[in-house]
Amino acid sequence: MGIAAIFKKELRAIFASPVAYVVMAVFLALSGYFFWGFLARFTFYSIQASMNPAIGGGVNIMELVLGPLFQNMGIVMLLMMPLFTMRLFAEEQKAGTMELLLTYPVRDGAILLGKFLAVVVLLGCMLALTATYPILLMAWSAPEPLPILAGYLGLLLAGTAFLSLGLFASALTENQIVAGSLAFGALLLIWVLGWSADLAGGTVGKILGHLSFLNHFEAFARGIIDTKDLIYYLNVTALFLFMTLKAVEARRWRA
Amino acid sequence: MIEVEGLTKFYGPKAAIQEVSFQVARGEVVGFLGPNGAGKTTTMRILACFMPPTSGTARVAGFDIGKDSLQVRRRIGYLPENVPLYGDMTVRQYLTFAAEAKSVPRQERGKRLASVMERCLISDVSDRLIRNLSKGYRQRVGLAQALVGNPEVLILDEPTLGLDPKQIIEIRSLIRDLRGERTVILSTHILPEVAMVCQRVIIINESRIVAVDTPENLNLRLQKSSRILLEVDGPAEEVQKALAAVEGVLTVAPQEARDGRRRFLVETDREQDLRKDLARAVTSNGWGLTELRPVDLSLEDIFIRLVTREEEA
Repeated sequence: MGIAAIFKKELRAIFASPVAYVVMAVFLALSGYFFWGFLARFTFYSIQASMNPAIGGGVNIMELVLGPLFQNMGIVMLLMMPLFTMRLFAEEQKAGTMELLLTYPVRDGAILLGKFLAVVVLLGCMLALTATYPILLMAWSAPEPLPILAGYLGLLLAGTAFLSLGLFASALTENQIVAGSLAFGALLLIWVLGWSADLAGGTVGKILGHLSFLNHFEAFARGIIDTKDLIYYLNVTALFLFMTLKAVEARRWRA
Repeated sequence: MIEVEGLTKFYGPKAAIQEVSFQVARGEVVGFLGPNGAGKTTTMRILACFMPPTSGTARVAGFDIGKDSLQVRRRIGYLPENVPLYGDMTVRQYLTFAAEAKSVPRQERGKRLASVMERCLISDVSDRLIRNLSKGYRQRVGLAQALVGNPEVLILDEPTLGLDPKQIIEIRSLIRDLRGERTVILSTHILPEVAMVCQRVIIINESRIVAVDTPENLNLRLQKSSRILLEVDGPAEEVQKALAAVEGVLTVAPQEARDGRRRFLVETDREQDLRKDLARAVTSNGWGLTELRPVDLSLEDIFIRLVTREEEA
């Protein structure tokens, strides 16, 4: 009951404000641009391949179009998810509505999950809109459907991990810009950890590599579901949701 | 209904409330009175389970605010001081949300909403955005969300703050109507309000309770002298001297002059009625007596006395 009430309230707030539409539109524009770019390159390779049978076997639509597209969508999502989450707690803390919300007979965890599920639905809508690209491809070619679904699963999992981190940042402050910046900075840092992994080498490098968002997304982008990556994203999501719960509880003590 | 024992809350090294204890019976309307920063809001926030106390306990309807917070929250309606509402929702959407969050069964929701909106006089704005409502309406929407869960206890922090006189009267009569039906704790720093609405007053100053009583008893207890106001047409200093010479008079305080007439506030021993003697003192000197009336010690004065007494101690 509690979760449902919060979820409905948040969903209404999300779709009543222009932020959701603007972010989705920007995301679609950027991913559309990437799609066009990769598709143009693919066409060029295909024409070359048809003229030179020696390289004919190496042209694969998942590898050349959708894989890179998913990779780039992941990066754009990383930039945009903080925009979805930054207001969730910060706005309520600033407006003081948090005080009233915390005295309703709803558990802190239910408040948190209600808000989280609402932005996950928003993310789902955004990703569903990009399904036009693979559907367009299917009209002219025959890409394998399962690897595409694996790619989308990866995007959804990575996205929810980003959202949970953003939610945590939002619970820390009453300033939306601060919440957004914190989330964005932390996400970018965790994403690029993989780069330092190569430099560090050894055990440290391995650990850094495991922590990176980037490394765990690569397999999904190629259409492969690896349980290691699956568990990684679920863990990150659970960890940040737990930390958000603690941050909300701490709010009561500090109030 | 509400039992508070030794409630203490520290913000860092500063105590917001210390050893606050009181009880409220079922159906009682109790006023929390105190200057700004005395600890009224802190006490109410703790009772509403918004934040935990540093030490001490409180029970609402038999449930501990710490251990059974959820049970307590099911039984209270809370209106915070600045009435935080979601501006981008309409009144109906907002109250629907509050009803859902407070687990009002779906079948009853429509009926409950209608009755609460009617009671709080907001039916006419039910489809307007809260953001566009006037302060008076927002306050009433706040009261409506507190009532929508049909709570046994209402905790209202400064429910008439920032309203115009007509709205204040409306809110007060609304709260008065709740008497007997629900237990109400309300805070205010407007003193006549307490006398009008509440059956009992808790006066809090500098984080401690200084008095708990009915408004009438407080009045009796503290009114050790009675005061008489005189308006005299005559020379100020001589009049003052003549009045002070009357037996039984404790002090004579000249008030601001109005239309050239002098006004004096005379404080007398409570046991005697000195009105006749004072009148004689004025007329026998040949001055004109234009007004003479006893002045009741107002709740303001009681409050000031309690608060200053505390400071002297």
